[in-house]
Amino acid sequence: MARVLVGVKRVIDYAVKIRVKPDKSGVVTEGVKHSMNPFDEIAVEEAVRMKEKKLATEVIAVSCGPTQAQETLRTALAMGVDKAIHVEVTGKDLDTLQPIHVSKILAKLAQDEKADLVIVGKQAIDDDCNQTAQMTAALLDWPQGTFASKIEKGDGILTIVREIDGGLETVKVKTPAVLSADLRLNEPRYATLPNIMKAKKKPLKKLTPKDLGVEIKAHQEVVSVEDPPVRQAGSIVPDVDTLAAKLKEGGFA
Amino acid sequence: MQRIYSSSLQKINQISQKCWKSTSTRVELTQVRYPKLKRGNYSVISDKHISTFEKIIPGRVLTSATDDLESFNTDWLRTARGNSSVVLKPKSTEEVSEILKFCNQQRLAVCPQGGNTGLVAGSVPVFDEVILNLSLMRKIESIDTASGVIVCEAGCVLEELDNVLREKDLMMPLDLGAKGSCQIGGNVSTNAGGLRLLRYGSMHANTLGLIAVKADGTVVDALNCLKKDNTGYALHHLFVGSEGTLGVVTKVAIQCPHVPQAVSLMFLGLSDFASVMETTQRAKGFLGEILSSCELMDLECADAVVQNMKLKLPLERMPFYMLLETSGSNAAHDEEKLNAFLEAVMNQGLVLDGTVITEPSRLKAVWHLRECIAEALLRDGYVYKYDVTLPAQKFYDLVPFFNDKLKEAGALRCCAFGHLGDGNVHFNVTSTEFSYKLLGLIEPSIYEWTSKHRGSISAEHGIGLKKRDFLKFSKTAEAIEMMRDIKQVMDPNGILNPYKDLGEARGHEARTTQAFSRTIPAGLQAREPKFAMPKEDSEQTALRTELENLISSIQDKQKEVNDANLADKCGDMGDAPKIRLATKKMLKGHINKVTTCHYSGDSRSNYIVQNRKLNYFLLI
Repeated sequence: MARVLVGVKRVIDYAVKIRVKPDKSGVVTEGVKHSMNPFDEIAVEEAVRMKEKKLATEVIAVSCGPTQAQETLRTALAMGVDKAIHVEVTGKDLDTLQPIHVSKILAKLAQDEKADLVIVGKQAIDDDCNQTAQMTAALLDWPQGTFASKIEKGDGILTIVREIDGGLETVKVKTPAVLSADLRLNEPRYATLPNIMKAKKKPLKKLTPKDLGVEIKAHQEVVSVEDPPVRQAGSIVPDVDTLAAKLKEGGFA
Repeated sequence: MQRIYSSSLQKINQISQKCWKSTSTRVELTQVRYPKLKRGNYSVISDKHISTFEKIIPGRVLTSATDDLESFNTDWLRTARGNSSVVLKPKSTEEVSEILKFCNQQRLAVCPQGGNTGLVAGSVPVFDEVILNLSLMRKIESIDTASGVIVCEAGCVLEELDNVLREKDLMMPLDLGAKGSCQIGGNVSTNAGGLRLLRYGSMHANTLGLIAVKADGTVVDALNCLKKDNTGYALHHLFVGSEGTLGVVTKVAIQCPHVPQAVSLMFLGLSDFASVMETTQRAKGFLGEILSSCELMDLECADAVVQNMKLKLPLERMPFYMLLETSGSNAAHDEEKLNAFLEAVMNQGLVLDGTVITEPSRLKAVWHLRECIAEALLRDGYVYKYDVTLPAQKFYDLVPFFNDKLKEAGALRCCAFGHLGDGNVHFNVTSTEFSYKLLGLIEPSIYEWTSKHRGSISAEHGIGLKKRDFLKFSKTAEAIEMMRDIKQVMDPNGILNPYKDLGEARGHEARTTQAFSRTIPAGLQAREPKFAMPKEDSEQTALRTELENLISSIQDKQKEVNDANLADKCGDMGDAPKIRLATKKMLKGHINKVTTCHYSGDSRSNYIVQNRKLNYFLLI
């Protein structure tokens, strides 16, 4: 019976229009609607389903971020997670926070909480890094099953179907392992009222990176954040010859 | 090569037919389905007309000779198809004015059209009216963020306007399922309602002013952008909701509310309508000032959405679902109010289950479940769509009233959904294809029922073509006369959207005013008798029984006495001698015939007196 650690991230909701800050240092987050990273929702759903199938005994959700990250954790609790851990990162540290730091935090927590399985979303929709699962596995020296679209539990072994460029790949990993959830793994449930009420009473522990012995050290500096270039209008050409000529001009043919 | 090509075409056809069977069949022409509608006394389109149109709007005249006009002629519900051969696409108010001036001179009927998403066949022609489509008029003239007023042309799509406004922290005051296609000119002309009327009011409230073109081409500039302007008659209100029969709206000024900081949506599941009513009351109490939408959908609607649109509901199958939306300026405050409300309704057992959504992505997804019901029902085949306002308690009563009758007659679904907060229910019945029988079972029964309960026969969909014969159920004869007076003044030749709303203009009335209520062939009528039988009391029953007894005893006595018949008695007589008949005399007058009888004592000749008028012969 496994203890599952699920990592969730609070990101800007995907239906919100992103605006770049005038000073080009980042995007506007003040007053903008945030929600749980969609891939993390899928990860939470998978963990909760495992618990319902009696394949897991306890599910713990973790989030690194400012105070508002607790809202995200409450959502996870309302979906069926048993307890939550909020690793508070604010101010300057928040700007510097990168997947490498999150991986270190998750690795330490996995050991502290004696987790058998760590599941996270394959990537966050704000940075699209796709690094946390892989780095966490490396730090723990655990096997990894990333881009999972199907997870089957065997005896001490997990059979994972991965979505890769060429199609689907099936791998077998020994537990304990780190997994990352892809889009088609499952369809997350809506948190219903009785569960939302129950979630208020579930435990939410607060920690800092220091408590876990992790230093949020800056490894890189964001130079500028800009809007993508505005799409240029196309032009209609009268015939195929003109098209061929234009392609040659542009160096495409 | 040919064979491969055509076989793959066949495959494509088969697949598309399987995907959506209703689109593969062509909609029946309105004039065929409703044969009692008669074309008015309008001119017929000629090449001369077309060349004049080409001069006014070069390159934007579509004709059936060169273009496919099917989508312009068919309504969104696929219940009506006109036979127009010309579609005009003006780009400015001046062009609309010139076109209408010409059409008025030539007595050409015109059907103004926007997004063509109307549900009462008001935006498509009935016969060959010229379609005046305003889709190319989509300029946004100005957005004043201080006052929240947007001025734009009639062809702007509602959703696009909303997107542009949101960048300035404003939003459109109305929201409907058709927002991706409907145009603001049409919304104004039909006084569109929608999901947020409860909070932001109707188009009458939000249209500050507009520019419309009268039938004779006169441009009526009532484009006021001020919230307060009491200078004479509020002319713009005349056009709001007139469904294109009094003028063509070309530009509008809309009052837009500020975008709320915090929007939450509750999707609740309930077991019965009494709980729904209680919950609505609680909602108004706990959430009053932040409530922005209160909607209902029943299980049959939810099933349609799940089956036909392949979507998933947040909750399990339950008899009723409510969507309650709150919009406020402070998320924390709203959350407190929401929690208090939810705790109350859950503890009292009014709500079986529910979910609360605040993320924009999820909000869109859950609203979509309610907004796509119309489309989901359409995919069953044919939808009989009704939109009535009823007193709050009776909101759902139409379904139990009709359900069994209609299901027996072959209906697939009989369901209701709608704007619970406004008392506006959308009652829908679906079947695989159109059936006169089903139509007869529903109309006019539903309108009589609504009228009896003092409701409105058309809450927000308008009158259009489909409901014009039932206007009398919601408006007095005097009111309808006054409407005709106004129409006569605004459009004396009756060229604007004829056959819709009030029916034909004065002077053009055909004997077609009963086109809809008598549509069903006599043999298929299944309505209640028009006049109720007089109630019988015991005395009448006793008398009738006595009468019947007397009659039967007389008949018995007759049978007893009846021991022979004429054939038996006279059968053995010989043939009569040859009869020679010659007119002896023409007698005029009754008394002459009477006195003649006295003269016929002579037994050698027999006389016959014939009364042609009363048809008898006297053998004397």
